[in-house]
Amino acid sequence: MAEFYIKFGIFLFLVVMGYVAGSIIESRHYRSIREREAENLDQPIVTFLKNTGESDGITSSRLVMGNSVVSIDYFKKFLFSLINFFGGRVTSYESLVDRARREAVLRMQEQAYSDDIIVNVRIETSSISKGRRNVVGSVEALAYGTALRYKT
Amino acid sequence: MLMTNIENIPGKTIVKHYGLVSGSTVRAKHAGRDIMAGLKNLVGGELKAYTELLQEARDEAVSRMIEQARQKGANAIVNVRFATSSVAQGASELYVYGTAMKVQ
Repeated sequence: MAEFYIKFGIFLFLVVMGYVAGSIIESRHYRSIREREAENLDQPIVTFLKNTGESDGITSSRLVMGNSVVSIDYFKKFLFSLINFFGGRVTSYESLVDRARREAVLRMQEQAYSDDIIVNVRIETSSISKGRRNVVGSVEALAYGTALRYKT
Repeated sequence: MLMTNIENIPGKTIVKHYGLVSGSTVRAKHAGRDIMAGLKNLVGGELKAYTELLQEARDEAVSRMIEQARQKGANAIVNVRFATSSVAQGASELYVYGTAMKVQ
């Protein structure tokens, strides 16, 4: 019986720690994402295949990319196993993938800080590590596109 | 080597096509990084070590593609695409491909 309590205690500790630390890290990450997105508002990123037509004014074009791997916390993983049983919207994973993607886009923009526009942006996501029982542990997001600079 | 993921290099004219060039690399994460990632998995957040690992691997794939294009005599690669697939537990393949061409 004592063994059960110890195991349960460790599990409870991990869930609580995951919840507390996970929420702090996530809110901090979201704050930094929002701040940097606000700074980058003047640089358009579009998914068009071609540039806007004025191709002769372009002085430089190059490939830029950014990636980010974000991991899930213990509490969310636990929550997921409950939701997985009953079904429904898995908000904990939604925020995970959202963070990874937005971070990747921001890193791509960082590479292109001296360019005017990023065209043909593609974003792809892949799960890179699967833990026990095939539960996804972390996701990778990659954003890439062509940065163009116009003659000023 | 000029690289874009649109259909041309803006401001340049295409002289010659060399066809598809590609580069790939399969990477496994090493134990030290894996242990740290395991700890980070409890509290969540970004796994910096993995981000760097995948970035390095992707750069290597790109440099292999560039090498292939250079051997063919090209000086630009257009329509570059990236693909990621997990080939085994703990290892992923990073693949990059594009069309090599000579521009002026």
